[in-house]
Amino acid sequence: MTLAPVFLGSLARRRTATLFSFVAILLGVALGMAVQAVNQAALSEFGRGMRTMAGAADLQVVGPRGGFDEGLYATLAARSEVAQASPVLEMRTERIGSADGLRILGIDLFAAGPVTPALLPRPAEIQDGSDRDTRLAALAEDSLFLSMAAREALQVDPGDRIQVHAEDRTLTLRVAGDLPGAPDDPRLAVMDIAAVQKHFSRIGRLTRIDLRLAGGQDAQTARAALEPLLPAGLMLEVPEAAVDQAANLSRAYRVNLTMLAAIALVTGGFLVFSAQALSVVRRHTELAFLRAIGLARRQLFLWLLAEGALVGLLGGLAGVALGHGIALGLLTLLGGDLGAGFFSGLSPTLRFSPWASAAYVLLGIGAGVAGAWLPAREAAAVAPARALKSGDDSALSGGRGVPMLSLAMLTASLPACFIPPIQGLPLGGYLAIACLLAGAVMLLPTLASMLARTLPLRGPVPARLAAARLAAAPGQSVIAATGVLASVALVAAMAIMVGSFRDSVDVWLGQILPADLYLRAGRAQSAGSLDEALQARLGKIPGVARVQFTAFESLRLEPGRAPVELLARPVSPDGDGLPLVGSARPAAKGETQIWISEAMRDLYGWRPGERVLIPLAGDEVAVQVAGVWRDYARQGGAIMMDLADYRRLTGDASVQTAAIWLAPGADGIRVGEALKSTSDSGALEVAFPGEIRERSLTIFDRTFVVTYVLEAAAVVIGLAGVAASFAALTAARRREFGMLRHLGLTRRQIGAMLALEGTLAAGVGVLGGLAAGGAISLILIEVVNRQSFHWSMDLHLPWASLLWFAGLLVALAGLAAILAGRQAMREDALLAVREDW
Amino acid sequence: MLEISDLQRRFDGRPVLRSVSMRLEPGEYVAITGESGVGKSTLLNLIAGLDRPDGGRLALDGADYGDLDEDSLTRLRRDKLGFVFQAFHILPHLTLRQNVVLPLWLKGRKGPQADREADRLLDAVGLADRADSWPRELSGGEMQRVAIARALVHAPRLILADEPTGNLDPSNAAKVLTLLAERIRASGAMGILVTHSPEAARSADRVLHLTPEGLSA
Ligand SMILES: Nc1ncnc2c1ncn2[C@@H]1O[C@H](COP(=O)(O)OP(=O)(O)OP(=O)(O)O)[C@@H](O)[C@H]1O
Ligand SMILES: [Mg+2]
Repeated sequence: MTLAPVFLGSLARRRTATLFSFVAILLGVALGMAVQAVNQAALSEFGRGMRTMAGAADLQVVGPRGGFDEGLYATLAARSEVAQASPVLEMRTERIGSADGLRILGIDLFAAGPVTPALLPRPAEIQDGSDRDTRLAALAEDSLFLSMAAREALQVDPGDRIQVHAEDRTLTLRVAGDLPGAPDDPRLAVMDIAAVQKHFSRIGRLTRIDLRLAGGQDAQTARAALEPLLPAGLMLEVPEAAVDQAANLSRAYRVNLTMLAAIALVTGGFLVFSAQALSVVRRHTELAFLRAIGLARRQLFLWLLAEGALVGLLGGLAGVALGHGIALGLLTLLGGDLGAGFFSGLSPTLRFSPWASAAYVLLGIGAGVAGAWLPAREAAAVAPARALKSGDDSALSGGRGVPMLSLAMLTASLPACFIPPIQGLPLGGYLAIACLLAGAVMLLPTLASMLARTLPLRGPVPARLAAARLAAAPGQSVIAATGVLASVALVAAMAIMVGSFRDSVDVWLGQILPADLYLRAGRAQSAGSLDEALQARLGKIPGVARVQFTAFESLRLEPGRAPVELLARPVSPDGDGLPLVGSARPAAKGETQIWISEAMRDLYGWRPGERVLIPLAGDEVAVQVAGVWRDYARQGGAIMMDLADYRRLTGDASVQTAAIWLAPGADGIRVGEALKSTSDSGALEVAFPGEIRERSLTIFDRTFVVTYVLEAAAVVIGLAGVAASFAALTAARRREFGMLRHLGLTRRQIGAMLALEGTLAAGVGVLGGLAAGGAISLILIEVVNRQSFHWSMDLHLPWASLLWFAGLLVALAGLAAILAGRQAMREDALLAVREDW
Repeated sequence: MLEISDLQRRFDGRPVLRSVSMRLEPGEYVAITGESGVGKSTLLNLIAGLDRPDGGRLALDGADYGDLDEDSLTRLRRDKLGFVFQAFHILPHLTLRQNVVLPLWLKGRKGPQADREADRLLDAVGLADRADSWPRELSGGEMQRVAIARALVHAPRLILADEPTGNLDPSNAAKVLTLLAERIRASGAMGILVTHSPEAARSADRVLHLTPEGLSA
């Protein structure tokens, strides 16, 4: 450490450039850390909730949302492998007149005790005059037990009554106490199972059975023994699987965010690179002198790396601190899903993870070292005798670039796109993006000198000087431009991807919401449903021209995978009206056909024309895949089938939603009112497609807020790069400026020259960045999104905003160059010429 | 003792040093003069081990340069050589004391004792009271005095000075040359002063002329 003052002291001398590098790494690390901390908080909260639910259960029988026959419970409970079985009927519903969701678990109080003790209710002492035995209160038909978080969310106290959707009716329940074992879930409620079956017309139905195995039984053997007893569509799952499924669904989203943060960090690395490269150029003779008086090549290299590492370390430490701050802000503002809706309803708390924090500090150091690597290597390779003689910055590296290698990198990104997803992650896509970015950066010098050669050498002196400099030493301008290229590429890629996505979602919403009005009894996935009598009444309302019903169900196709949504509604035999991807292959007459979403095709490998088995009402049913449709709503996969087929196969006539077309001249609002009044108590809700669309797009935009933050950070980093490079360059060129002032150039002219140089350099970076960004956006759309979320989208280029952005960035870069040059220009001209440093 | 025999150096096939031989006894201080471009700096670079000859032999205190790899040459410079440059090469972000103590740092010596040695040499070049100042505040002559102190601080066996007064005005140049000669003699080291000025050369014990043919008295 003896030489620390020699090298690290030099960092202090280059305060501006060092500060910019520091800020760049800080931002990159902070964003990555924030995304990581938020995800961690949300996931651990989610996992905790799931574990409370499952309690001591070793296995769970799960099935379609519609449930299965409770006869299975008796069968399983009698088996020798099973010590205790606990039946559960889970109903998702909402409080009437609000969006407060509630998960009501109907449990058998006596059976649940040994299996899921956390779910056991604690009756409150209620002084309402009645002298009901509180111990029996739990068994009362209208008794509802809420977790503390749910009581807070709903703002109710024991003894209060709340109204929830049940079918198309209103159900009034009495808050009878809480759940001491599960205080945190704001949606959790428990009732007696018989009451739930009765209120929600699910007599004889269950949705889940929790099993505790007899001593000495291991889960795998028991599973193998019990599996044959299950009707089609039911699975035995290890409770952890549910946590994994949820984590898997959101994982791709989380990884994508982390990748964005990583790009910000990479941009930070570029900044360190440009700062170090310029400082090495500037310290050419200084370093040669050190070599001459006996500093070994290797030592010089290591010390120069240490400079980068120190900046990285400081940036990393500050970044981790800032990242936790940002995470706290994001959690409070957007919740644990960063706006994406994966974890809605949880209120995660931020926890400091020393390992993750250490990893991010290391990443910061890594970025610093990586940025310093090439310049350090170059400096260590310099022959000291020659460098000592040259005596000033005339030894600036031209940096002609490596066209062949960069072309090879660019080409390598193509095959990388065809690498299939690895564990559901689009690693090939990321590799392709990295290749593209690296190739583009390496191609930059060639691009710059090509561009410079086309610049005319005329006009005012400052312009000529600026153009000459770009032509003579494109290497330096390129160093300033690398950060710009990386950040522009990121922003352009994201802008194009998000633009295309939003556009496609908008079109898609129009396609799947063709009716004038939508009617539902609570949310589509909740306990609300419309029975046959009600369905008949709806069609007779004046002003209604046509009614189309949709039934929703969820199916378990493979253990360990999230349930698949089944939508049953009238579908024309050729799939007309569906947002189809590719062409349809309608099945022959007499065959039942289904239409699968893109996720089904990717996850289960189903293809149009193929015959597959799906579990419906306890039986395996053979159906034929007729085509693939686009679905942005259900990442786990969705199947669409004709409602008539569904009714024929399941015998279930109830539906969840109704799409209504108005007769010509009918007033939507009035018809909506009439529709609502077909059922007693305001349990029906009417929505207009416009509202749904607006709400969906709002959620969409909220999901991408975080990406905008990341993009903004990248732009700031890119601009900081220009400023840092020019600060370093102008400091090294003080003598040149002094000489020019002696020759009679005004300060203003030198300022103009610097501005022009900055503009030219940034212009080159912006051009390269737009090209690279366009290509990266294609990778994001065609590879990353397809592999992560299994949905496709149509390309949509937001030309206007991209051009605005590019222009603004070039102008800002010019400004940054002037500001950076100010300090150098303030220097007295005479002094500047004499000065040796 | 420095021994040079039949040293040759070519650049791109063009011979610059054809055959240079010389011998320097301990405590000797010589000046080398010659026309611009004749190869004085080239010779000094070879002696410094910063460049490799195309032929001939170089040895310092019995160690043959030809047997040394790059790391050993670096160590040789660090331990046995001291440098004074025309362009001073004082690091702007170090104080005068830190600049002078730098060769000791390179040898891994840091602390009060190293600082005391630096202060002793700063005292010897008349800058004892400026030890904590920054190079920015110095004149050219003062900078070169700092450089002389730095060249001697680690008690080298051989001091190499290439045009040390090239950037100085005549009166400052004279003072620096006197000081350099005085310090070299006081230290008992060998010294080589490269200059094209005859007056400057006179400050050494003996003067050698470099011509395309070689070195001569
Ligand atoms: N690395 C090199 N590559 C090619 N030619 C070189 C190199 N170094 C020196 N030369 C050439 O060798 C010759 C001698 O150069 P050198 O620097 O030794 O001269 P000098 O005697 O020190 O001159 P001056 O008094 O002007 O400093 C010159 O013609 C120079 O151009
Ligand atoms: Mg010379």
